[in-house]
Amino acid sequence: MNLHAVKAIYAFEMARMWRTAVQSLVAPVLSTSLYFVIFGAAIGSRITEVDGVPYGAFIVPGLIMLSIMTESISNSSFAIYFPRFTGTVFEVLSAPVSYVEVLLGYVGAAATKSMIIGTIIFLTANLFVPIEVAHPFVMVTFLLLTSVAFCLFGFILGVWADGWEKLTIVPILVIMPLTFLGGTFYSISMLPPIWQTISLANPVVYLISGFRWSFYENADVSVVLSLGMTTLFLLVCLLTVRWIFKTGYRLRT
Amino acid sequence: MARVQPILSIRNLSKTYAGGFQALKDVSLDIERGEIFALLGPNGAGKTTLISIVCGLVNPTAGSASVDGYDIGRDYRETRFRIGLVPQEFPVETFETVTKTLAFSRGLFGRPPNSAHVEKVLKSLSLWDKRDEKIIALSGGMKRRVLIAKALAHEPTLLFLDEPTAGVDVELRKDMWRVVESLREDGCTVILTTHYIEEAEQLADRVGVINHGELILVEDKDRLMREMGKKELTLSLSASLDTVPAALGKHGLSLADEGSKLVYTYDTQSERTGITALLADLNAEGIHFSDLETKQSSLEEIFVDLVRKPEAG
Repeated sequence: MNLHAVKAIYAFEMARMWRTAVQSLVAPVLSTSLYFVIFGAAIGSRITEVDGVPYGAFIVPGLIMLSIMTESISNSSFAIYFPRFTGTVFEVLSAPVSYVEVLLGYVGAAATKSMIIGTIIFLTANLFVPIEVAHPFVMVTFLLLTSVAFCLFGFILGVWADGWEKLTIVPILVIMPLTFLGGTFYSISMLPPIWQTISLANPVVYLISGFRWSFYENADVSVVLSLGMTTLFLLVCLLTVRWIFKTGYRLRT
Repeated sequence: MARVQPILSIRNLSKTYAGGFQALKDVSLDIERGEIFALLGPNGAGKTTLISIVCGLVNPTAGSASVDGYDIGRDYRETRFRIGLVPQEFPVETFETVTKTLAFSRGLFGRPPNSAHVEKVLKSLSLWDKRDEKIIALSGGMKRRVLIAKALAHEPTLLFLDEPTAGVDVELRKDMWRVVESLREDGCTVILTTHYIEEAEQLADRVGVINHGELILVEDKDRLMREMGKKELTLSLSASLDTVPAALGKHGLSLADEGSKLVYTYDTQSERTGITALLADLNAEGIHFSDLETKQSSLEEIFVDLVRKPEAG
């Protein structure tokens, strides 16, 4: 294992985050705080409780997941796309590193950043609403699995994209609708039966449901199923990245 | 005595890109340890493809290559650890400082931090004063030096320089030449591709010429210039001529500068150059000259001849 390479990539990516700290950390915290103000305080005050949880507190897990998913995709897709765009990726591709080491560096750094953002949002949410976490270990497990899985997905996106438009189109047209319709701001039990069934085809439902269970012990789907689906998504992304490096898809001609 | 294993051994390497373009055709080549090898060829000849395959950036269609006896595919860690690459373009992390980008390169290639080596590399490339500057603030020439420094950061034994002096001024080019010479003294093997034949003439121990994906010649530079080079004898005439007199026809002379000069081309390798006979015939014809000069054909002229030959055929 080329640990020096893992460390070099990880340190390089983390340095990039600190260089752009405002954009990296403050922006997601600000946007999440705005969600709290609008949905938690303004509109939420008209909604008393959802599944026995005050609405302001109910949306916290969903908002953390929303940030984790969007930040994970954005960080890791940019991390690999930008070197491809500028040509500096040649150095990584010509280095004595395996795809596992590349992933540990890039995805590890992007996932760390997502975890930091998730933690900051969690702490920020505490300023708005009182939050209790029923199962902290499960919460951290979901946070970690989701961060890594979506960082892997972002990495695939960054390799696949051959222009800035493609890089942004998937998060905007696919991930954002799935997240908003995945139960960030509501329980899917509040939907008519037909839409409840349709919602089960949305993978984000399982992530948010499982994550919310770790807070309030109520979920739209079984927590085991949530964990299984999240792990499955992670494995599919991992196998796709392995295939990318094996074939050199969009990396080697 | 046992033959020393070449540092780079390429066997029957071919590359056909997805669109059908055949960039390399059955190329075989050995590079000896410690030599400076210049790979010459026109644009699109296959120079960069060859380098990219050895460095792991391009997958070969057929054939094999090994570095220090290690296969570039099977033993990629061993081969890439030994290789440094300076690409044609300027792909550098513009927002990083010079020192940090070198530390990144060194770590990426599996070496632990070594500030003494980084300092040595930066000083050898006159970058020490710029070590804390962001790359974006450097001039084009300095960025080129940073690329070389990055390639040397992990102490490679085989260095590829792909057009290292393209677009740089004469002074910097000569600085680069000095750097390459010092690498040779340190025992580093250097393979450089260049458009500047003067560069190959100045630096290379051996020269390879590639055209249309085929390696058409590999030769010791001095021998190449000796064997393929021609010499020209130019006589400045006391009185201009309209045509070459028939009696001098056997010498294959040509007139230059509106008949004020006679040019005689001869082969330095032949037993007789024919100069004595020419001078005697000139005397017999009453043609006098006020000055004479000889000129050896340059590597560039040899290169142009080599590259044009198959096309003419």
